[in-house]
Amino acid sequence: MSTTAKTGPDKTPPTGDERELGAAGAQLSTAPADEAPHLPSLGVLGWARWFWRQLTSMRVALLLLLLLSLGAIPGSLIPQEGIDATKVEDFRTRHDVLAPLYDKLGLFHVYSSVWFSAIYILLFISLIGCIIPRTWQFVGQLRGRPPGAPRRLTRLPAYTTWRTEAAPEQVREAALALLNKRRFRAHLAGDAVAAEKGYLREVGNLAFHIALIVMLIAFAWGQLFKYEGNKLVLEGDGFSNTLTQYDDFKSGNLFTQDDLDPFSFTLKDFHGTYEATGPNRGTPRVYEAKVTYSEGAYGKEKATTIKVNEPLEIDGSKVYLVSHGYAPVVTVRDAQGKVVMDREAVALLPLDANVTSSGAIKVMDGYRNAKGEKEQLGFNAFFLPTYGGKGSAMYSTFPALLNPMLALSAYHGDLGVDAGIPQSVYQLDRTNMKEFKDSDGELFKKQLRVGQTMTLPNGAGSVTFDGVQEWAGFQVTQQPGSVWALGGAVVAIFGLAGSLFIQRRRVWVRAVPGADGVTVVEMAGLGRSESAKVPEELGDLAEALYARAPGAPDPEPGSDPASDRPDTSDSPGSPAGSDPAAPSAERAEKK
Amino acid sequence: MTLAAVTELAAATNEHLANISNTLIYSAMAVYTLAFFAYIAEWILGSRSKVGRTAAALTAGAEARARTGPAVTVQKAGGTAVLERPRVVVRSAAGARDVPDGPGAHGGTEKGDLYGRIAISLTVLAFLIEFGGVLARALSVGRAPWGNMYEFSITFSTVAVGVYLVLLLLKKNIRWLGLPLVTTVLLDLGLAVTVLYTASDQLVPALHSYWLYIHVSTAIFCGAVFYVGAVATLLYLFKDSYENKLASGGTPGRFANSVLDRLPAAASLDKFSYRVNAAVFPLWTFTIIAGAIWAGDAWGRYWGWDPKETWSFITWVAYACYLHARATAGWKGRKAAYLALIAFACWLFNYYGVNIFVSGKHSYAGV
Ligand code: HEM
Repeated sequence: MSTTAKTGPDKTPPTGDERELGAAGAQLSTAPADEAPHLPSLGVLGWARWFWRQLTSMRVALLLLLLLSLGAIPGSLIPQEGIDATKVEDFRTRHDVLAPLYDKLGLFHVYSSVWFSAIYILLFISLIGCIIPRTWQFVGQLRGRPPGAPRRLTRLPAYTTWRTEAAPEQVREAALALLNKRRFRAHLAGDAVAAEKGYLREVGNLAFHIALIVMLIAFAWGQLFKYEGNKLVLEGDGFSNTLTQYDDFKSGNLFTQDDLDPFSFTLKDFHGTYEATGPNRGTPRVYEAKVTYSEGAYGKEKATTIKVNEPLEIDGSKVYLVSHGYAPVVTVRDAQGKVVMDREAVALLPLDANVTSSGAIKVMDGYRNAKGEKEQLGFNAFFLPTYGGKGSAMYSTFPALLNPMLALSAYHGDLGVDAGIPQSVYQLDRTNMKEFKDSDGELFKKQLRVGQTMTLPNGAGSVTFDGVQEWAGFQVTQQPGSVWALGGAVVAIFGLAGSLFIQRRRVWVRAVPGADGVTVVEMAGLGRSESAKVPEELGDLAEALYARAPGAPDPEPGSDPASDRPDTSDSPGSPAGSDPAAPSAERAEKK
Repeated sequence: MTLAAVTELAAATNEHLANISNTLIYSAMAVYTLAFFAYIAEWILGSRSKVGRTAAALTAGAEARARTGPAVTVQKAGGTAVLERPRVVVRSAAGARDVPDGPGAHGGTEKGDLYGRIAISLTVLAFLIEFGGVLARALSVGRAPWGNMYEFSITFSTVAVGVYLVLLLLKKNIRWLGLPLVTTVLLDLGLAVTVLYTASDQLVPALHSYWLYIHVSTAIFCGAVFYVGAVATLLYLFKDSYENKLASGGTPGRFANSVLDRLPAAASLDKFSYRVNAAVFPLWTFTIIAGAIWAGDAWGRYWGWDPKETWSFITWVAYACYLHARATAGWKGRKAAYLALIAFACWLFNYYGVNIFVSGKHSYAGV
């Protein structure tokens, strides 16, 4: 953008030309004039005003934007607690010098750190402080009229003139009608018509910046009221949306239980397919969960399929399919042969892409050992949906159930579940558990195929591996304000497009009687930036006006009223004007 | 799930088409190489006789301008046909340098121009072949060819060349871009077929969404346009220092004289790069929003500061900085140009760096 249209204190002192343009170029935008920072001498109020002016200047907006992008970088390179907490732990153990430093600087949670928040809050304030005066100014410009023609139109970036037999009033009237028809805001000011067009540029720019504010508020709102919970559901099991049903639950600071939408669903079937061959063997291809759900407390039941990219939307909540795994079905008998765990599916957690899974099977009630004493049983479980065969590593080789194998190691004693301390269902707390020993005195372990049973040592009972069920992990989220954020985003895009693609420009048409009585028409155009469009448009307008005020013969030499008209010796006949390789409009613009 | 389903899906990947695609990509590289040499020939054989306009304008013109004020060009609106039309006089802003655009790589000579035209014809041919390669790849996997970095790279360079050819077709003064463009396209393709190559394959479920088509296609297009803008910006910086040197009475080296003088004037390059960057910025904004919508569906959150998301955001803010800088006194010109280059560097890092060095949700499909 050039300095042509800029008024107000600029870095360079205004040249003669700029001074001459005066009000003609004023307020062609609502961008604040950038003042060099000069220190105030006016006490607290002066300082406050100075600070506010600095904060809302373009220069500071630019710096804050730069800082924002710089500040976002560390969060992408250093592990973040909010994204991957285990990686952060890992980093902490590996770097004992850096980690405390990072902790102090909040580098493990950059996007919620004090300094990052400070940057965007300042930017936010700057933005508001910038928008309000600009909006006022723009409203003022809309209610006012385009400024009158500068004294010397020849000084403007695009200029044309001709002599005509038509009377000056006639020409001005024709110009006014023409400009109005071309959707300029035009009015008669003295001996000239002043017109302006392209206000939508400013509207777009303001809309864009306001949309940014709306988006930011929507995000903040969403953060405060959002919730996000995870639930693992076995095939055939159901879930209803209450706090107690979640495996884990996170929510914003202002969230209350009443914000949970009442709904429930049942997982009928999980279905997954995987690449069978090639270098990407095992890569998942299809994941889908067939469910039935009902809205509200007593809603009618409906059936649907939830896929990875297609969450189920119920009221304001979305139910996503986020994970999947296997749950071996086992039957446990005690020393007396009594069934203490009847064909129960125990969900295990996947460890790798081929769904090697691990977890724990806990028998809490009803078990009596060989001596008839009450005890609890615990098994560390390791499950491979596709076992590679005898002697191969204990890792699954394919994610689907091609050759399932369950490996168990057995413990007895006190599971510690009654102590009241919350415990992971996937881990065995072995503090009060004793190992079952095999004949060599080692921990008792066994690998089971579907249908096989392992007998615990010394007649302590048995475990049967009956089959495998699948489970699906669901994430239920609600983020209020996302509609506002989306609306803001759409407005932002259109505002931006308007702001960048629309030119705001002014046109003046002056018609005065020349010295010899023949009317002299002068037209000039001014854009916010130097652009080929302004002279092009002026040419079109001039052509249209010329049709209504046709040219008169040239005056005798010496009587030209526009004595300061620029040297136009570059006539069409000269080489520069007729260079066919370079269309003249293009050439002119480059200058 | 059944085994039958697994094999059926695997069969969907058509080996034959994939091989055709590879052949086409290699052929395109060969033709781009020929084009590269033709561009070189254009630069070398383009005579230097007509070069020196900048120097002439900046030295001889200086005194003249001091007397008459900024130069004035006369433009006859509407061309020669309409004689009954007033002439529009255009004058440049006060203080603007008045430098004509260079003649282009061919230096205004017929021989140079001939090689230039050959180079462009070869570029068109290579573009068509490469386009065929991308298409065959898409058909072989039965989806858009954007599932991994290899596919992304071949599509990206195709689109970049496409953007260049469209600008040429629109009669924009952009022929000078040919050599740098083809050079980087060759680098990009070389990297793609060696380091990044991934056998054709289907997408992981997280990538199945029509938002993928929208998000990734606009991302690739924006990247290609940003790239064109960045090259223009870089050349602007060179040309600007060249002009500055001439204007302050210095004598640039022979290389600068020969090469830079043939480029458009610094002001033209500056304006061109601004237009290009400003024109795609709204689309880039849209790309990020489309990505957020997709992430909302695929991962259950719209924005999670995943490295790729973060770098898209950084790139966006950097370009916003650039646009602001152009409107801020004291930041126009060179400083704004540096910002534009930084912004493009962010885009590049997002494209290569994040996939290779940083792990996140986006880096799944075989790099
Ligand atoms: C959240 C951070 C911001 C972003 C992402 C942003 C983005 C943009 C973009 C992309 C433009 C280019 C549109 C154009 O050239 O017409 C622009 C223009 C503008 N911005 Fe911002 N902006 C931000 C904050 C601000 C702030 C805080 C101010 C106030 C000081 C401000 C004042 C302006 C002005 C005055 C223009 C118009 C410049 C002109 O008319 O050429 N912006 N902004």
